[in-house]
Amino acid sequence: MFHNSGRWTLHDCAKSSGVWGAGCGCRGGRGDAAMAGRRVTRKWEVFAGRNRFWCDGRLMTAPQPGVFALTLALICGTCALHFAFDCPFLAVRVSSAVPALGAALCGATLAALLRTALSDPGIIPRAAAAEAQHAQLAQHPLEPDAGRPPPRAREVLVRGRPVKLKYCFTCKMFRPPRASHCSLCDNCVDRFDHHCPWVGNCVGKRNYRYFYLFVVSLSFLAVFVFACAVTHLALLARGEGGEAGGGRGLAAALRASPASALVAAVCFLSVWSVLGLAGFHTYLASTDQTTNEDIKGSFSSRGGVSNPNPYSRGNACANCWYVLCGPLAPSLIDRRGLVSAESGELPPSFVQALRAAPPLPAPPPHHAPPAVVSPPTPQAASFGTASLDGEPRHAYMNHSLDLDPVPLQEVCIGGGRGVGGGGGAGGGGALSASRLRLLHDTTMIDAALDLDEPDAPPHLPQLPHHLPPHRPHLSHHAPRLPRVPVHGSPVPAL
Amino acid sequence: MANNRIPSGPNTPGSQQTPTQQGIKIFIQRDYSEGTAVKFQTRFPPELEDRIDRQTFEYTMERLNEHFEMAETADCSTYCEGCLACLTAYFIYICTETHYEKHLRKISKFIATQNERVYNPRGIHITDPILRGLRVIEITIIDLPNCQSPTGNSTSTQMRHT
Repeated sequence: MFHNSGRWTLHDCAKSSGVWGAGCGCRGGRGDAAMAGRRVTRKWEVFAGRNRFWCDGRLMTAPQPGVFALTLALICGTCALHFAFDCPFLAVRVSSAVPALGAALCGATLAALLRTALSDPGIIPRAAAAEAQHAQLAQHPLEPDAGRPPPRAREVLVRGRPVKLKYCFTCKMFRPPRASHCSLCDNCVDRFDHHCPWVGNCVGKRNYRYFYLFVVSLSFLAVFVFACAVTHLALLARGEGGEAGGGRGLAAALRASPASALVAAVCFLSVWSVLGLAGFHTYLASTDQTTNEDIKGSFSSRGGVSNPNPYSRGNACANCWYVLCGPLAPSLIDRRGLVSAESGELPPSFVQALRAAPPLPAPPPHHAPPAVVSPPTPQAASFGTASLDGEPRHAYMNHSLDLDPVPLQEVCIGGGRGVGGGGGAGGGGALSASRLRLLHDTTMIDAALDLDEPDAPPHLPQLPHHLPPHRPHLSHHAPRLPRVPVHGSPVPAL
Repeated sequence: MANNRIPSGPNTPGSQQTPTQQGIKIFIQRDYSEGTAVKFQTRFPPELEDRIDRQTFEYTMERLNEHFEMAETADCSTYCEGCLACLTAYFIYICTETHYEKHLRKISKFIATQNERVYNPRGIHITDPILRGLRVIEITIIDLPNCQSPTGNSTSTQMRHT
């Protein structure tokens, strides 16, 4: 599954060079790789987040899937020991159903784990330049000062309850309800639950059901393997080990089958947290909440005023049904789609008319300083993934915009400020410190939670750094574009 | 006809226009009033007023919303699909497309035909929302050299087609 060709390695190095601290090589490397390796460029290669892609974009994980490899090794190792030492004994002594059940549970767990870890959690793609610009203009129709960032939140009514949509400065859009920005993957994820380092991916709208299945099947597997190991040891201790045991007592049993003791110890240590997690997520699924909302206390009553969950369908069965068995939402990032010029979406008659039309009259003066870039803020790198060599982060993150063939009046609104990036340190008022510590100790997910408060700093300061209207890399990239095959809709029309 | 390029008049909360060199872009936002299921606002953007009549546009938006509602409905078939996928360790997703993807194809086809029959002759192009992450419907307005008048029989055309 993790085998990848040399061709991939070249691309991945170019893609993730910003993460590993060689940000300056990013753009050139990508271009060279596209030139040397193949004729088409797929969208995962220009993806703006930090996720890593495998098998030519078919699979994706978080930027550092190291702990995921540990999880996989732990599960596979324990199961291997179980099948090698406990199963043959128990199949003879107890029942031949033991290996069959073990294999089924192990298969289900691994399938759910791999599905959770390697699929798209529900990433919301970043807004293109035109949409980001419109989000800005829409909020200040009378004085569309280009330097002015949009307000940080707007409110909508969801089933009669007010819900704040926060503006994401990285993705340049108002996040849909329940979405949150994962600071580790640097993406907004729909119905964000948490970033789970154990499965090496965010858990969100698209893979929550697999995650739940993984947790439940893993708890069954752990209990089962633990029971098998203990049974094995108990039978040996009672002197039923035949030729292997030779003696009676626990010490003899441990000497006869040390692997069972190891398996029992690993399972005993892990089964409690896994069972607790399974119970917790069963509660969450039956109330249609996410971990993020539960920890932030989004729907807990405040000051005696009840604050019910507007997304709940009323009863636990309906919630479970929809969360776990509802239709699977499509992946919005279209990893395997071909990178196309934006005009490729327009019909040919439109493209011709636009080409024939004279360029726009001088843009209104309030658009004149189009690009506003915030300096890299110190907290941008505070989560400790990488030093970025002082390069402004948005130059790496927004390179999907560089492929835009038309020099749009690009408005990068404070691209360097990852909202979830370090702002979480302050914490929300509704979050108790003890809960946060508990969370950190048990699941190590606090870094991934989006805890910024929309109200805290009302306004960003006027940003001092103005770029010239036509940035050099735009014109530099323009001649490269005609080689990219223009490709229309990724969902082929019937 | 050409003066549409300057933003004028109050913008509605649902749709705003942005002048670029690619024509005017209008964005129809999502409607979250009934939850997070995909639904778009059906309010008629004033920028389209001199190009297309209100019923045609609202018909398109309502059909789109119906398609999305069908795609998001959880029924027995989606449940069976999920169970089957689970039993095959999700390898079934390699060879079949999901309930939602089938509807997305229908939506793409619907938008393509609507564009072709109704909107493109009037200088309007609706971008498939899946290309914008289902966040907005982007509508591009340009000045075609020989734009049809908005008083044409657009409603009957697209009713007959769909």
